[in-house]
Amino acid sequence: MNFDLGDGIDAAVNYILDNFAPVLDFIAAAIGLVTGGIQDALLAIPMPVGIAIFVALALWRVSFGFGVFTAASLWLVDHMQLWSPMMETLSLVIASTLIAMLIGLPLGIAMARGDRFAAVTRPVLDLMQTMPAFVYLIPAAMFFGLGAVPGTIATVIFSMPPVVRLTNLGIRQVHAEFIEAGNAFGCTSSQLLFKVQLPNAMPSIMAGINQTIMLALSMVVIASMIGAGGIGNTVLTGIQRLDVGTGFEGGIAVVILAVILDRITQSLGKQSAGIWRVLFRNTAQQKVAEAPA
Amino acid sequence: MVFATENDASVEPSSTKISIKNVYKVFGERPEKALDLLRRGKTKSEILATTGCSIGVNDASFDIKAGEIFVIMGLSGSGKSTLLRLLNRLIEPTSGNIEIDGRDITNMSRRELIDVRRRDISMVFQSFALLPNRTVLNNAAFGLEVAGVGEAERKEKANAALDAVGLAGYADSRPDQLSGGMKQRVGLARALASEPTILLMDEAFSALDPLIRAEMQDELVRLQAEHSRTIVFVSHDLDEAMRIGDRICIMQNGNVVQVGTPDEIVLNPANDYVRSFFRNVDVSQVFKAGDIARKTQVTIIERQGVSAAAALERMKNFDREFAIIVGRDKTYHGVVSQSSLIEKVRGGAADPYRSAFLPEAAPVFASEPLSNVLGKVAASAWPVPVVDDDNRYIGSISKSALLETLDRAG
Repeated sequence: MNFDLGDGIDAAVNYILDNFAPVLDFIAAAIGLVTGGIQDALLAIPMPVGIAIFVALALWRVSFGFGVFTAASLWLVDHMQLWSPMMETLSLVIASTLIAMLIGLPLGIAMARGDRFAAVTRPVLDLMQTMPAFVYLIPAAMFFGLGAVPGTIATVIFSMPPVVRLTNLGIRQVHAEFIEAGNAFGCTSSQLLFKVQLPNAMPSIMAGINQTIMLALSMVVIASMIGAGGIGNTVLTGIQRLDVGTGFEGGIAVVILAVILDRITQSLGKQSAGIWRVLFRNTAQQKVAEAPA
Repeated sequence: MVFATENDASVEPSSTKISIKNVYKVFGERPEKALDLLRRGKTKSEILATTGCSIGVNDASFDIKAGEIFVIMGLSGSGKSTLLRLLNRLIEPTSGNIEIDGRDITNMSRRELIDVRRRDISMVFQSFALLPNRTVLNNAAFGLEVAGVGEAERKEKANAALDAVGLAGYADSRPDQLSGGMKQRVGLARALASEPTILLMDEAFSALDPLIRAEMQDELVRLQAEHSRTIVFVSHDLDEAMRIGDRICIMQNGNVVQVGTPDEIVLNPANDYVRSFFRNVDVSQVFKAGDIARKTQVTIIERQGVSAAAALERMKNFDREFAIIVGRDKTYHGVVSQSSLIEKVRGGAADPYRSAFLPEAAPVFASEPLSNVLGKVAASAWPVPVVDDDNRYIGSISKSALLETLDRAG
């Protein structure tokens, strides 16, 4: 038997294009608002202030050495004239990560709560993750035209699986005794989720978000092929003109952004209670030391 | 035993708090089939082979009285923790009824059950189960927070509960900064903060080292004396059960084999399984001073008109070197010896009894564990008098009686 899967997919895409145009327009407008807003905000930050913010985060969350690295590498980016493209790329990464979390966290929670739902969702996630990234670009461009919006959507699809998987895993790995304690004290199922499961799954969820950010960064570069903009354009230009130097400059800028984002987001995952704990950790320890033995 | 249930006027000492009737728990895919086989008298291994189900609790029925510490005891795998979790339906019973204050919790809706868990029952866990992302205070306030109590009130109550368990000043610490014993105090504070009438304790002190464990047991008994609650305490340690339990329920392979006071169980063990627990038991912990006090000593009632000479005569007749002096109401007054009495009579003392009392002689209380009085009896030249809480003389412990008791028990 011989049938053409490709024809079927084409037909489906055309059907959606013909019949759901208003829906697609609405999605495009909504995502455009998010990406556009973030992009405008980031580009409005003057370069020295932007570098100072990154360096401050690196010093506070990671280490002194990493702060020095951040300062030096961002200086390099600026001197390659890539600061603005890098901010564009960053805004795409932030927008698509936010959207991926918005969809992915509830999906992960739903997977953790229902074995059947998990069983159905898992192969879909496998598909999203293993399908060659370029393949998303074609329907994304067909549905949403060229520009940042289809780039964001393709990036969301490609980068969402880790946050879904690790949210699911994190919740499932919360110790049974914590769940028992929650139930024994009369938690409703949403109280159990928000007061017991999610706080204790936080390290795993943060690892998922970190992975999603990394995947988003790699996809955003590819998405420049459909006009998403950012450093990807520099890389693309380098490829099209066989200009090794330009391509390499773009590549270095991507690597620098990746390293900075990775280290900073990883450091957030190390504290299960997030920023509050860091802010108040020292005072809490002092009080313990003062308390009578 | 003496727990001050009268402190809490709302609790009648002997009223039934929790009533368990024909409760079964079957783990596995086909519980109904397994239950049917079980009722037809099949053994557990047969049921496991035919249905793949294992029996957690088999036909448990007993009552737990308000204000008592009820210990469920058994080896691991005997179903004791399962039975405990049936009481707040952390584990759903397969069949049977569990009544709390006369209300059957087995057919409650989820909403009603949540209310009961928030209001009436709280739980302390073997591994503490403190939430690591919360401070000690917020852990203690967890039950109140879940129940929707306002922040100011829950902080106040949680702080009071922390005070009660001796952890004032640790409110802002993290659980991972505390030792095991302190962690379990937080667990206890969390359970007490919502002021439940029932406390379920699942091997609550088993993870602690022996010294801390004894300290926590004392703490529990002290808290129980201040505020009487119904405590259901799961333990695999008979010493612990004897030490804190008003009544003990012994479980074997999911069956309740005996329910009774520690004395009843020691004196009349239901079967060899129960008896086997006592081989390793320290009898000096099980018996109280009052249990082995005998009235074999000469007692002399101190009153006007009875001369010291008559007393001396009685001591000689019974061939006793020592005599216990009691009042008319049987209150303990002191111990005299023949020689001390003779000396005072010859010296013409105004009050020969009083002045002849041996200064080192001190009574022990009947409720004291034997282990606490061993040293006193061994070091004393005379039988050590035993008094009850009202200072009434109820007997004395001689060295020979003590040795006999220890020997028989060993």
